[in-house]
Amino acid sequence: MALKTEEMVLNMGPQHPSTHGVLRLELQLDGEIIIDVVPHIGYLHRCFEKHCEAMTYPQVIPYTDRMDYLASMYNEFGYAVAMERLLKIEVPERVEYIRVIMGELQRIASHLVALGTYGADIGAFTPFLFCFRDRERILHLFEITCGARLLYNYIWIGGLSHDLHPDFIRLTKEFIKDFRPNLKELNDLLSFNQIFIERTANVGVLPLETAINYGVSGPNLRGSGFKWDLRKDDPYSVYNKFDYDIPIGTGEKGKVGDCWDRYFVRVKEMEESLKIVEQAIDTIPDGDVTSAIPKRIKPPEGQIYTRVENPRGELGYFIISDGSLNPARVKVRAPSFVTMQVFSELCKGWMVADVVAILGSVDIVLGEIDR
Amino acid sequence: MKTAEEIFNKLKEKFGSSIIELKTDKPLEPFILVNRLEVDKICLFLRDERDLLFDSLMNLSGVDDANGEKIKDETGLETINGGTLSVYYHLESTNLRHKLTLKTSTEREKPEVVTVTEIWKGANWHEREAYDMYGVVFLNHPDLRRILMPYDWEFGYPLRKDYKNPEFYQGMKVPY
Amino acid sequence: MMYDWLFSLTGNEILAMFIVSLLPLFAFILPFALIAVLAERKVSAHMQDRLGPMRVGYHGILQTVADIIKLLQKEDLVATATDKTLFNFAPLLVFMGSYAAFAAIPFSGFFIGSKIDLGIIFIVGVTGLVVAGILMAGWASNNKYSLLGAMRAAAQIISYEIPTLLIILTIVVLTGTLSLYDLSEIQTAYFWNWLIFGGPFFGLQKLLLIPLMILSCLIIYTSTLAEVNRTPFDIPEAESELVSGYHTEYSGMKFAMFFLAEYANMFAVSAIVAILFFGGYQSPFGYLGNSLGWSWLVPVEQFFWFTAKGLFFVFVQMWLRWTLPRFRVDQLMAFCWKYLIPFSFVILLIVGLITLM
Repeated sequence: MALKTEEMVLNMGPQHPSTHGVLRLELQLDGEIIIDVVPHIGYLHRCFEKHCEAMTYPQVIPYTDRMDYLASMYNEFGYAVAMERLLKIEVPERVEYIRVIMGELQRIASHLVALGTYGADIGAFTPFLFCFRDRERILHLFEITCGARLLYNYIWIGGLSHDLHPDFIRLTKEFIKDFRPNLKELNDLLSFNQIFIERTANVGVLPLETAINYGVSGPNLRGSGFKWDLRKDDPYSVYNKFDYDIPIGTGEKGKVGDCWDRYFVRVKEMEESLKIVEQAIDTIPDGDVTSAIPKRIKPPEGQIYTRVENPRGELGYFIISDGSLNPARVKVRAPSFVTMQVFSELCKGWMVADVVAILGSVDIVLGEIDR
Repeated sequence: MKTAEEIFNKLKEKFGSSIIELKTDKPLEPFILVNRLEVDKICLFLRDERDLLFDSLMNLSGVDDANGEKIKDETGLETINGGTLSVYYHLESTNLRHKLTLKTSTEREKPEVVTVTEIWKGANWHEREAYDMYGVVFLNHPDLRRILMPYDWEFGYPLRKDYKNPEFYQGMKVPY
Repeated sequence: MMYDWLFSLTGNEILAMFIVSLLPLFAFILPFALIAVLAERKVSAHMQDRLGPMRVGYHGILQTVADIIKLLQKEDLVATATDKTLFNFAPLLVFMGSYAAFAAIPFSGFFIGSKIDLGIIFIVGVTGLVVAGILMAGWASNNKYSLLGAMRAAAQIISYEIPTLLIILTIVVLTGTLSLYDLSEIQTAYFWNWLIFGGPFFGLQKLLLIPLMILSCLIIYTSTLAEVNRTPFDIPEAESELVSGYHTEYSGMKFAMFFLAEYANMFAVSAIVAILFFGGYQSPFGYLGNSLGWSWLVPVEQFFWFTAKGLFFVFVQMWLRWTLPRFRVDQLMAFCWKYLIPFSFVILLIVGLITLM
């Protein structure tokens, strides 16, 4: 008599310690092996795009903050770049330099959260606290500049809301000096730990062809070995004035495109961002940050699609204007939305413990997916 | 690298009537208007042709053009009759570094566009979102259901300009 | 010894036996478990560059008192679709399995709960009851997560008992006795007589044994770490995957029983490693009581040394928990069956050959 086996459906429900937000994953299991993963999203849907149609163009900026709440500066940056291209405004150079500094500091902060929570999901609780200790210093820098730690409303169309605090440059230089040895400590504790490598190397490999076909971008695409970074390939702002490198995954500990590669690309990206901040801090020109902000924003009829390099990938803004004070359509192309699609392909054939490892390595934020 | 005019000419000689026009008057992005039922063939050509090689779909968005006639009925409810819904495709090539914008339009009452999911697998969820928010039905889509709203939301399509929130949903009061 | 002394004090068998059996529980284990909870939080906090509990009492010393009061007054939630008998009995079984092991552990030369000849085998056998308790908890919770956690726990504990037993067999082959009391008495006088430094033998035998003993100490420490479900082997209660595993559905006092049983288990296992390899309650240098002539001081000193060694190994367990990530289930099993067991067999063989010399 043959033994009857059944597939089990396990729900990693909307509330779960490691699904990075309110995400529901329906796992179809055969024992411990995954047969299929169906993600269900929409729990954080606030219909931000419909709200934008009722607001004026500057009023949209707090909404863009709240999409990817771990990288708010970059969301505002993207929207400001899109609107400035549509309105054909030239912003002062000081504004561009400060935007780059804020953006790169935000990138470091966002990657610290991603790496810390990834370690905590795998079971190493200590790197989580070390990462957050460093992130606190960045949030303090943001707080003295614009008063908020997480959702800033700082980068406006045509300029910034406040100029830099007098202590900002000194504190940033101290932060840079203290952060480099901390990065080395993180590497010793987590990245090259044999147990961590066994959990993440060769797991959840994303082949390059699949990645491009799905439209994956950012550290996930770079982890698969493709050197594509919008700061160099589709430049915006003053990124072409700085000297930095684009790290890619090389399959050092396993196959190219596995979880360890994606994780390590983020670690190396933090170093590169630190280089950019160092160069920018030393060469900020003087100027007035609010001089180019227009009084009333009424763009000509038309449309534009612009993209910037969010810490999570390619953040695109598609703005259609019909000549009035309110936008006719603001569509946000969120990088995590695209990454969630490829997630079910990554997980097939692995075990339940690997779902957590793979989910942490693709670094999604539900605020972006659901908008 | 090809410009929009060159790509338009190339497409026009291959597909003829399905390529409707190249609009360059509105700022900043020239876009090519294509027939909504031939989009998949056009996109397959765009992806595989040797000097075009559009291998990445950056964005697919639904837009409510709001160009029908606005009718106000007795209760003050404003609906739009006629007019079009559009779907915009933003493509790019990671090898040849050029970008392109396509647009298809479909009627508001019965919106139907052919899916491009077999060409770029990433279009799957983008089209589901366009369906969820605007009601555009994508023919031959493998799994067309709502994605952001609850699966049993039957009160319309939220991003349309004439959408109104219902009073109650499953016993819960909707307007907060 | 303790029993004789109490018997001479009270003249009543039953009373003496009663006090002897309850003494480890109330005078040692419960206070230890309470302190260990606080110690874990403070140790982990200082390792993570923060302070831990600071408000309750001076620098948070009374935190455990607050925790116990909280757990006592919590509502005891029992879901309707559970198997009530098994659900209520499981924490008791886990608790009993952990605490009964202390009957055969010698706390000092003067006090041992029960001087049975089978000492170490009794302990390993009784802690096996914990597996039954965990399986009951997982099944009776009527929750897929708990069931997954319980199955993983059962597989893990049963697999890792094998290297433990093999190393114990090695020690038995070497010293010829199963009783923990006799084992401690053998490793007397000075610290180079401890088994990890080769034991009370002479010459070539001792030198050959030293690397083997160090290796077997590491193996048994690792496999007992897996038996008590501590990171890096804490799959059954992997917080980020299974939301607390087999004790997800428990609240209040039942949860407290699982919790205290875990800490008691930690100490029992550290005590076993200390007794087998590090001399048990023997002092490394000789006794103050002996040199001063106060013979009643010697058991007290022995108790102090025993507790110090046990606490040191508990500290190392906590240290490992907050440093290392956790294994995946199949890697854990592979580690046990493909690496620890062959190594233990080889060590057993070599030690057997050495004893024949």
